[in-house]
Amino acid sequence: MRQALAMLLPLTLVLVACQREERDTRPQSALGSGEQPTPVTALEPGGQRPSASDNKAASFEANAFHLSEGKRLFGWFNCSGCHANGGGGMGPALMDEKWLYGSSIESIHATIRDGRPNGMPSFRQKIPDDQIWELAAFVRALSGNAPSSAAPQRNDDMMVHPSENRLPDAATLGKSP
Amino acid sequence: MRRLAFMALAPFCVLLLQGCAGWQSALDPKGPAADELAWLIWFFTALCAVVWVLVMIALAAPLVMRSRPGDEPLLLDAGAERRKMRVVVTAVGLTAIILIGLTLLSFFANRTLAAIGSEAVLTIKVTGHQWWWELRYEDATPSRILTTANEIHIPAGEPVRLLLTSTDVIHSFWIPSLAGKLDLIPGHMNVLDIKADKPGVYRGQCAEFCGAQHANMGTFIIAEPRPKFDAWLNDQLQPAGAPASGEAKAGADLFLKRPCVMCHRIGGTPAGGTVAPDLTHIASRKTLAAGTLTMSRGNLAAWIADPQGIKPGSHMPVADLNGDELNAIVAYLEGLK
Repeated sequence: MRQALAMLLPLTLVLVACQREERDTRPQSALGSGEQPTPVTALEPGGQRPSASDNKAASFEANAFHLSEGKRLFGWFNCSGCHANGGGGMGPALMDEKWLYGSSIESIHATIRDGRPNGMPSFRQKIPDDQIWELAAFVRALSGNAPSSAAPQRNDDMMVHPSENRLPDAATLGKSP
Repeated sequence: MRRLAFMALAPFCVLLLQGCAGWQSALDPKGPAADELAWLIWFFTALCAVVWVLVMIALAAPLVMRSRPGDEPLLLDAGAERRKMRVVVTAVGLTAIILIGLTLLSFFANRTLAAIGSEAVLTIKVTGHQWWWELRYEDATPSRILTTANEIHIPAGEPVRLLLTSTDVIHSFWIPSLAGKLDLIPGHMNVLDIKADKPGVYRGQCAEFCGAQHANMGTFIIAEPRPKFDAWLNDQLQPAGAPASGEAKAGADLFLKRPCVMCHRIGGTPAGGTVAPDLTHIASRKTLAAGTLTMSRGNLAAWIADPQGIKPGSHMPVADLNGDELNAIVAYLEGLK
């Protein structure tokens, strides 16, 4: 009996490992349309600060599927045209610690949806709301704000040097065969 | 009881045999490459069946014909031993000859396959995407390069060269009625030469598991007589026609304002996305979403309204359109013949 129980425990653990996060590929209507205005500043007449949180933020922020979808869309929609893979070019860098409009996912979502002065265009209606959230989550992950278990990896072609198994053999390097 | 079991099995056998014919079957070859492969598989199967029967007989014989033990069981008859040795050596020799023979047959079949494309009249670059096929008809004149998706028109009776590659994961291109399967590998170009002997429609399928919608990654080869193919190619090279009705015109405007424009291209309009299927002549194709749905107004609307219900996990997102917008866009796309 005790043996059977002892065997059951690892089996349960193995089965638990099968549990992966859900992939919501359809918009979840329960989370709202994402059309609520996002405050651009914390200053408010009368001193009452509007809440900056959105129902959708939590379900996108640390979700590996949404983060990887965001990475794919970042390439597809040519964000690199201005932000250069997050390093910054004509547009500001996205992988540093500086956030002109706040580091929360809601602010990044508002930036993509409504645009910002000096160049950032508005993608309202051009990108479905869920896809904007995916992009915002990925942009946040670029500067290490997402758990490493969920954040997508950097592409192979962007590594500073080839992976170790592709490097020339150190022993024979520089010597003629 | 046994009769009942047989009667229960019979329909399955009929179904199995039916699977051998039709527009997607390696056992129903419609081109020289598939002919060669079908002949090879039948020959291999027949020869191996004969060898299998002989081996079974050789195994069963000693069980049936039990020899009586002699007076001295330990005494070996030198003559009988030598005979047995000869049988074993002959069998080993025959095995070697058969194996080498089959290898040579495969080798010569491969040479025949390789020879098909030596005089290819047309080169098509096939790029695998999750989960559709991008096609680029190469031409020396840049203005005659055609980009389309999922439906491969080729001239019948003429060899065509396909250059296979992929942008995301490994896919495999397989038109069982015309040729063997070959992988599409990211960062690598594979070459597959095909030829369809007669005009017809042959179905193909991705044959390497490539993700959630691998099963819905179909393609069609449409082999047509030369004049019909040339006419098709010239039609496809034209930019998209102007929207005919007021509703279609509204749809054309909406297409450019809503998410469609972010990924899709329609020739002759500002829509220039290259990451999703080219829609310039979408209504001229027979299916939608890589063979998932047949082309019709209803299916087009269904696909745009709920791609994630029809093909969950596909990269086509649910665009936030209301009923009127959806109808207008469908009216526009439906007119893109």
